[in-house]
Amino acid sequence: MDILSHFNYWVVVVLMMLGFFIVIARGNLIKKLIGLNIFQTSVFIFYISTGKVIGGSAPVLSSDIQLYSNPLPHVLILTAIVVGIATTSVGLALVLRIYRAYGSIEQDEILEQSRQ
Amino acid sequence: MISHLAVLPVLLPLVGAPACVVLRRPGAAWAFACGVAFLAFVAASHLLVQTRELGVISYALGGWAAPWGIEYRIDLLNALVLVLVSAMGMTVLLASRASVRGEVDPSRHSLFYVAYLLCLAGLLGIVATGDAFNLFVFLEISSLATYALVACGRDRRALIAAFNYLIMGTIGATFILIGIGFLYMTTGTLNMLDLAVRLPQLGESQTVFAAYAFIVVGVCLKLALFPLHLWLPGTYTQAPSIVTAFLAATATKVALYVLVRFSFSVFHLETSRLALSLEAIFITLGVVAAFAGSLVAIYATDLKRGLAWSSIAQVGYMAISVGIGTAAGLQAGLIHLFNHALMKGALFLAVAAYVLRVGGTTFRELRGIGQRMPLTTAAFVVGGLSLIGIPGTAGFISKWYLVMAAMESERWLLAFLVVASSLLTAVYIWRFIEVAYLEKPESGKASPQKPAGMLLTCTLLLALANLYFGFDTRLPVSTSAGAAANLLGARTP
Repeated sequence: MDILSHFNYWVVVVLMMLGFFIVIARGNLIKKLIGLNIFQTSVFIFYISTGKVIGGSAPVLSSDIQLYSNPLPHVLILTAIVVGIATTSVGLALVLRIYRAYGSIEQDEILEQSRQ
Repeated sequence: MISHLAVLPVLLPLVGAPACVVLRRPGAAWAFACGVAFLAFVAASHLLVQTRELGVISYALGGWAAPWGIEYRIDLLNALVLVLVSAMGMTVLLASRASVRGEVDPSRHSLFYVAYLLCLAGLLGIVATGDAFNLFVFLEISSLATYALVACGRDRRALIAAFNYLIMGTIGATFILIGIGFLYMTTGTLNMLDLAVRLPQLGESQTVFAAYAFIVVGVCLKLALFPLHLWLPGTYTQAPSIVTAFLAATATKVALYVLVRFSFSVFHLETSRLALSLEAIFITLGVVAAFAGSLVAIYATDLKRGLAWSSIAQVGYMAISVGIGTAAGLQAGLIHLFNHALMKGALFLAVAAYVLRVGGTTFRELRGIGQRMPLTTAAFVVGGLSLIGIPGTAGFISKWYLVMAAMESERWLLAFLVVASSLLTAVYIWRFIEVAYLEKPESGKASPQKPAGMLLTCTLLLALANLYFGFDTRLPVSTSAGAAANLLGARTP
């Protein structure tokens, strides 16, 4: 039962490793960005999981609720999501310019052209 | 106005950047950016004066008291790095106009200055803030602006360099985010001072060690500490010369600040069970970086690339000083942080002038440059001597303190290795001097650009600063002594 009780955290670890692996192993620049996104998303899930208080309700102020989940990690992660989107868009813009300059988004083909 | 002083160095460029977008004319954008950077520098200098008199300045952002709100906490360490970063940011920006005109696509000139201001705001924000999550946000602001700046380079390889830096930088920043998440999970606070109080109460917690490990790896990626340095040579070589000068003088320094701040103010590395093994790691990596960086620099055929590898070597010295971990060691690291910014600022600005004049930075193109550009080359030589650590220059002071710190903690071998690696620095600086003064210039090549007065003035200014701080060492030495004492004395019983 221990595995099930920490289910989110296992998802976080699996996603993190998957994303990291894609960033390192794939030569396609778009796939690298996708891997980076998965990697970041796993951290977002990690933060949100830590905010959960067992038995706590959604953090909306009400007189008949005594126990709330912690809303702060959600707010932090909203900021981090915005940062992630900005990173992705800068990355995609770079890939677009790389494609225009090299005619390819495969890392090995680009490296070959750079050496010439 | 004065009560908001702590936030001004960050706020001015952060607000100035979007205002700068409105200015369509590059000249106006440059002048505006210079004005903003100057005001930020004035505010930072005021802060340094105040912290020297009053000690710590705490500013609650939006009136929310710490530890709930975001606190800007300026002590001697922050103030010193703030002054350094804003001064270097301002000087490089003043010098930038001609170089940007020569190296950046004309349609991007005004936006270049916007990105520059954003990057400056991010770097100053990292240094000023006392909140761990706020630090991450500012780190990403400065990083995103940096990727855009690097991608402005002339060669299409600049795009690849920017993309690689984006991947590495984002992984580093995400590691820091994970570390901060662990900290928040265990302590329920993000305020650094509050963290410093609560962490010791947890005792030897595995989660806290994991948090520290993630943060150190993330910061070392940004710092380009060997073996996490792979993004640096490509980025420094391909970025526009002005961007290289700016990054070399500020970005790695800010990363070192973050490393020191987390290691000593937040985690109390000096009292931790991990202290011994971490000391060994930092010192080993630092020594390897110092030798490997210098050796690659010796064999480089391109001056800019050689200096980039030399930066990796210099980061090694700073890592050694963190590894020594005594007050003297930290002081040496902070002095070197200060002096290295001056050296690399002067060197890379001289490189920017060379690019403008001869169009490139390979040693072939630079033959006999000493006769054609005597003042710039003289400034380069002064910066180079300072990099080696010749007495009379700022570099000597930092090497002196580093060797003394190593000997004081009875690490004789380390002291010897630091001196030995300085000799390697002498080899690659001499190699340039030989090319610049002793070889005949390639004849019949007219200069494509007219000499740039501002660029030359700023290069000479930084070279003179290298000499000045070689004699009058009061500012960096006394401030860093106080900062180091604060870092080690701030531990709670």
